[in-house]
Amino acid sequence: MITILDYGAGNLRSVQRACRAIGQEECVVRDVDGLRSAERIIFPGIGAARSAMDTLEELGVIPALIECVEQGTPCLGICIGAQVALDRSEEGDTPCLGLIPGTTRLFQLDDPTLKVPHIGWNEVRVTQPHPLLDGLDPGDEFYFVHSYYLDPDSPEHSYAVSDYGGEFTCAVGRGSFFATQFHPEKSGRFGLELLSRFAQWNGK
Amino acid sequence: MLSKRVVSCFDVRDGKLVKSVKFVNTKEIGEVVGRARQYYEDGLDELVMYDITASSDHRDIMLETVEAVASEIFIPFSVGGGIRSVEDATDLRWAGAEKINVNTAAVDRPELISEISHAVGAQSTILSIDVLRVPGGPLPSGFEIVTHGGRTHTGIDAIEWAREGERRGAGEIVVNSIDADGTCDGYDVELTRTVVDAVGIPVIASGGAGKPEHLYDVLTEGGADAALVASMVHYGEYTVSELKQYLHERGVKVRMHY
Repeated sequence: MITILDYGAGNLRSVQRACRAIGQEECVVRDVDGLRSAERIIFPGIGAARSAMDTLEELGVIPALIECVEQGTPCLGICIGAQVALDRSEEGDTPCLGLIPGTTRLFQLDDPTLKVPHIGWNEVRVTQPHPLLDGLDPGDEFYFVHSYYLDPDSPEHSYAVSDYGGEFTCAVGRGSFFATQFHPEKSGRFGLELLSRFAQWNGK
Repeated sequence: MLSKRVVSCFDVRDGKLVKSVKFVNTKEIGEVVGRARQYYEDGLDELVMYDITASSDHRDIMLETVEAVASEIFIPFSVGGGIRSVEDATDLRWAGAEKINVNTAAVDRPELISEISHAVGAQSTILSIDVLRVPGGPLPSGFEIVTHGGRTHTGIDAIEWAREGERRGAGEIVVNSIDADGTCDGYDVELTRTVVDAVGIPVIASGGAGKPEHLYDVLTEGGADAALVASMVHYGEYTVSELKQYLHERGVKVRMHY
């Protein structure tokens, strides 16, 4: 059973449908009890870091979410769910969850033909093995929609990179927490395969 | 490096895939969900659905169709046609559309773009513009925004409108050439390039695709981020994977693993 945290993220239903498509049961929760009893958690997201953090605070789920990760519950963050996992986001200068040391930064691109947001399919290159990225080949692409990118302090928390006017980290992980900047729920077969691996992952 | 996208456009009426040439002579050519799934498996990068249902209960039918499609394809897709309010937009998002496509209603009331962008985010707000060439007229760019398939002139300069759309919070623009639409003679590359140079958001070229080289032209010379195809794949003349293979062989970066 996959528990999806509902804090108003726009891709919640897409994530639900993707879970069903890979034959996984899912449930949606928006409170502390729901999180504490979860076997594994998807922390979805799209939109802005500030409003995401505000909603998480209003729901009062932040301590429980951090606690779940510390106790080893497998947790997958997606897009904003990845960005707010770092210490801070430049978007609205927002203090974030601090699950992974680092900062979410706005793309500053020298090439005027590269547009922000970075929208579309881009290659993901694995830089460090991780159970959720098993089996990915060079040239496999995922769907991105974002203006800010993940900048973890230490390379040990960076698992994959993509290139947009320079390499940037597109997957971070620490312990039982893993998160992608791209949207596995919208990335065709490879995205569904990543979700399937998450459904089997023991968090180690 | 970001891939160029091959996007297919479905005109949907009463839950069926139809084809209309210049918005008239509409005929049914297929079933939406099955066709969407087929293109998805064949490497389609994105889907755009336009609801052209005329009946008053069209909203419910479209929501059902969107929901059914969203359960079968796991790539981004947008929905347009008759979206007049934030409520229309959020309902469609809930049913499974990532992106909301506004056109005529935004021409009538430009605030709609800002309202939808605020509600669902710029990344999920697409402005579609229907453009007609009006050379020698009073418009600085020589391109005019038209509605109702080109029958209604608005007197709005298309390039100015594209810029305004971006300012108001559109995250992408679909540029549909009414001159080229339905001709299968190729996109309006000049129009596309003019919009690409005028805005800082991704541009999806639409109208006129008939041969693979048309996609090549608009993605290279035209500078488009994505090329929209309809008839050329709907009638089985080309498959999505053939188009992508062609672009790939000519050096255009497209998603080849799917």
